[in-house]
Amino acid sequence: MKMTGAEIVIRCLQEEKVEVMFGYPGGAVLHIYDELFKQEQVKHILVRHEQAAVHAADGYARSTQKVGVALVTSGPGATNAVTGIATAYMDSIPIVVLSGQVPVPAIGQDAFQEVDMVGITRPCVKHNFLVKDVRDLADTIKKAFHIAKTGRPGPVVVDIPKDVTAHTCEFVYPESVQMRSYNPVVKGHLGQIKKAAQLLAEAKRPIIYVGGGAVLSDASEPLRKLVHQLGYPVTNTLMGLGAVSGTDKHNLGMLGMHGTLEANMAMHYADVVLSVGARFDDRVIGNPANFAEEPRKIIHIDIDPSSISKRVKVDVPIVGNVPDVLEEMLKLIDGKKPDPAQTADWWQRIGEWRSKNCLGYKQDKELIMPQYVVQKLYEITKGEAIVCSDVGQHQMWAAQYYPFAEPRRWLNSGGLGTMGVGLPYAMGAQFAHPDATVAVITGEGSIQMCIQELSTAKQFRLPLKIISLNNRYLGMVRQWQEMFYGSRYSGSYMDSLPDFVKLAEAYGHVGFRVEKPEDVEPVLKKAFIDHKDDLVFIDFQTNREANVFPMVAAGKGLTELILAEDL
Amino acid sequence: MRHIISILIENEAGALSRVSGLFSARGYNIETLTVAPTEDASLSRMTIVTTGSDEVLEQITKQLNKLVDVVKVVDLSEAAHIERELMLIKVRATGKDREEMKRMADIFRGRIIDVTDSTYVVELTGSSSKLDSFISAIDTGLILETVRTGVSGIGRGDRILKV
Repeated sequence: MKMTGAEIVIRCLQEEKVEVMFGYPGGAVLHIYDELFKQEQVKHILVRHEQAAVHAADGYARSTQKVGVALVTSGPGATNAVTGIATAYMDSIPIVVLSGQVPVPAIGQDAFQEVDMVGITRPCVKHNFLVKDVRDLADTIKKAFHIAKTGRPGPVVVDIPKDVTAHTCEFVYPESVQMRSYNPVVKGHLGQIKKAAQLLAEAKRPIIYVGGGAVLSDASEPLRKLVHQLGYPVTNTLMGLGAVSGTDKHNLGMLGMHGTLEANMAMHYADVVLSVGARFDDRVIGNPANFAEEPRKIIHIDIDPSSISKRVKVDVPIVGNVPDVLEEMLKLIDGKKPDPAQTADWWQRIGEWRSKNCLGYKQDKELIMPQYVVQKLYEITKGEAIVCSDVGQHQMWAAQYYPFAEPRRWLNSGGLGTMGVGLPYAMGAQFAHPDATVAVITGEGSIQMCIQELSTAKQFRLPLKIISLNNRYLGMVRQWQEMFYGSRYSGSYMDSLPDFVKLAEAYGHVGFRVEKPEDVEPVLKKAFIDHKDDLVFIDFQTNREANVFPMVAAGKGLTELILAEDL
Repeated sequence: MRHIISILIENEAGALSRVSGLFSARGYNIETLTVAPTEDASLSRMTIVTTGSDEVLEQITKQLNKLVDVVKVVDLSEAAHIERELMLIKVRATGKDREEMKRMADIFRGRIIDVTDSTYVVELTGSSSKLDSFISAIDTGLILETVRTGVSGIGRGDRILKV
């Protein structure tokens, strides 16, 4: 059957079982919007800024196993999408972004709303396409979805000129994708897995170090089995939270710049490190030279070979899909538990580190401690909320004080550290899980970077709960300035903040301000119980000078961790 | 260490910029880069001369392989290989220099492919170091213009880079 390019786009999305798409119309995508209007299978969510469209698609993907989809127009629509695309790229999130482009004959003519989208996004996509012929459209969209979700996932941009959406051709949706240049490895090398199992069996000071790859590949089940089979301690990166339950006694918590003392010390002094979908990044191991001082064997499972031996030398590289490799490893271990005596000393040392209670903080009678708000949120949501965080101090407190029992419940921008993602992530997550409790943990700085989405949330009746830890500072910047710049708070103080309660109300939502510690719990209850079906914005006026600890300063080693009590 | 990387890549619009963009984004060095379609017009072959430690080279190879359009990547310098570069060099050829320049071209097995009463264009092929030697062997004051293709390389014997 002959179809226009616009019809083909929509048909492809239907074939890919896309239920929700986030977008913003404009000249170059009007044909596509017209086709969207004529059908009901793909639901379009009109955002208020293209950046949020991509973040929402990203949040949708993070909270599910599905590919998120965003649709933006050419020129400014496309450039606004770039931050969202780069954010997804850094965290390996499978999304497909369809962008309009000026008609093919106008490309290169500096036409109205023209921008070289393929050129601009090249360094921050897994792959991108410019479709110049309608006959290539279906094939390209099929490839885009395939590339986005296979191998190490990532964003794919399909740039579609307006005339291509008007041209017609026969529509055939390809059943499968064959690309000679793209065949990601799935199975790990058995010999390597054997070596790894051997090393693990003999380890005296083992640690299992889990990253975002374990969440993205849905490896929780075999991973938890492995942890319990071996009885070894486990730590996770910011992106790996929830892969192993945060309350599991084997879990030492998050490691890295704001990781726990026990996790960082165990990582540093381990004799065998099993890295599961993690990449030893600068926020995790700090200074690689310092990390290299201790001798240890590193086993690294990753689907992306370029993540292996990038920052630290790896002894047993295993390229493959994490759950597949872990299943193989479990088969090899075959129910044999290592003798607990072998790691008894190690657990004892870990116990000593744990006893320092590095996440302890001083309660205050007058001022609300931000950590306390997160803890109360955990209690009231029974630890079952999908928590979407922005970027800054609140993000670290959320990661530290909200132990996630399951994966895909913690959505935040780990790699790029994009302020403003929280609210659109929550929108994406709520569309994916209409019955789930979705909370945004944010600050007065981050929330204002995508605050316009309060309007989208109203239009689609999203009952999000926004927990704003408002310290009237760009807190993480202020903390660094306090610690490393002689307390010169340059540009980190925000004057003339809006009245967030009134702002929420102006958008048609419910707003509360909380100024006293004793009001934290009742107001949270009011929000989550009495106003279950409303979007509630809670402006918590928190202790202005609270800092995030523990902390490994940039460029320092894990052992140079600063604890709250050290100051 | 100097390495010669050979890449087979889909002959698509923008393929070159994906590779060159990768090198600049990750701070890798490109000394020379050549690219042209192969006997199969859907594939291009690229030769890149780069320098870096073993670790850097490992990353370069892995990152190149990660590009969706890249079909194959080989570090030619890991084994026996042949490298060639073409140079066209325009030199002043008057008076006694005219005879001398002819002689030098012969010694380096170059060919004079354009002649005027005051200039020659010498065509020279060989390894990059041979071309460098030619340049340093002649009086630099006589060089009017040089253009080099960058290195093309191929493995010796049974080493074949093909889909």
